Amino acid sequence: MKRIVLWFMSTLTVVTLLFGYHTSTSSQMSGNSSVLASPADGGATSSGQASGQTSSGSTDGSTSSGTAAGSTATVTGDSTGTRWGPVQVQITVTDGRIAAVDVVDYPSGNGRDRQINARALPILVQETLDAQSAEIDMVSGATVTSEGYLGSLQSALDQAGL
Amino acid sequence: MSAGSAVSRERTARHVGHVMGMPISLALRGRHAADEAGRAAWAEVMESLRRADEVFSTYRPDSFVSRLGRGELTPADCPPEVSDVLDLGEQASRTSGGAFSVHLPGPDGATVLDPSGVVKGWAAERAAEALRVLPETGFCLSAGGDIVCRTEDPDAAPWRIGIEDPADPQRLVAVVPVVDGAVATSGSAHRGQHVVDARTGRPPSGVAAVTVLSASLTEADIDATSAYAQGLAAATWLASRPDRSGLVVWSDGSTTTVHDGALVLPAVTSAGDR
Repeated sequence: MKRIVLWFMSTLTVVTLLFGYHTSTSSQMSGNSSVLASPADGGATSSGQASGQTSSGSTDGSTSSGTAAGSTATVTGDSTGTRWGPVQVQITVTDGRIAAVDVVDYPSGNGRDRQINARALPILVQETLDAQSAEIDMVSGATVTSEGYLGSLQSALDQAGL
Repeated sequence: MSAGSAVSRERTARHVGHVMGMPISLALRGRHAADEAGRAAWAEVMESLRRADEVFSTYRPDSFVSRLGRGELTPADCPPEVSDVLDLGEQASRTSGGAFSVHLPGPDGATVLDPSGVVKGWAAERAAEALRVLPETGFCLSAGGDIVCRTEDPDAAPWRIGIEDPADPQRLVAVVPVVDGAVATSGSAHRGQHVVDARTGRPPSGVAAVTVLSASLTEADIDATSAYAQGLAAATWLASRPDRSGLVVWSDGSTTTVHDGALVLPAVTSAGDR
């Protein structure tokens, strides 16, 4: 089992991507979302039982291993089957805040956290999207010539200077 | 949509320039985004790309590559990076079963030396070295739509890269968040058909664009072109490549996502954008 430790925000993004991706092909979204959301109010308890079990999953029950140390709790979500293998996430909650997210099982076989995002999946949009509504930084596309640059999406982004 | 959107964004400094006939866009965040060191790094990026153009341009009759193509020089007469690029081209030709080549059939049937399929990604990756040395500074560099980026620290929001719709370049088909890595797209949207299958000399059919994500832009750019050149085999070939993910948009507008050797069919969509 690969064990990789990531810090909160970047990990949450990755996790959301993985789960968001997964859930769009099945119907487990609410469950998976709550494993991220609910520990925040469970800081005082070390059980984490309730939130752990809402992580639903297609597998057999969650393992919630609370630690007794002060107000720190650890919640391990269900192993969630993705097309590439199981993904399992462990969240450490300290004083009601998520202190760390560990991905305890990740299907790529490569534990380097930077790699995960380098190989993040493109998230397809339901209908082709305006750049304004997509909050993007850059546009990747077939080679733009300098002549074709004016009027391009990239040109608009550069001018907006956001 | 994703948690990344919720992260408050720092101010981003942007620069635009033109070299090799294409626009170069840079976004910088963090410590040196708007100071002298950041501006100096941007100048260095452009200088690095200009040097690459002087050596590799097929439009300049006096470039090393043009003279090499006419047989006036041997690789040994050229700067060492010429051999590096030609080696990358040979390697790509092998891994793509000949679909990619720096030796392309010319209009009169004779073979023409054209390493452009390697040079752009390679040159942008090399130019980005000037940005990597900026401490606590994130960058996102686009060379005509091929992108290499890095975030300044693990807590920063990833760069969000839009993947353009080949049927309408004013719109996007997908968004990919990247912490550290490269995104390259090959297709025909802007220049018309300019990529050919080197085995036939003809443009590929059935595929509109291929986007590849990889750790380096050199790899991503070569693989995007290699996959695109193979037409209907683009997605299955890309799935055979290690440590890549990507998106193939077919001529009919349908898509196939590739992730670490797996084809994902049919296309899935993000729930957040309905």
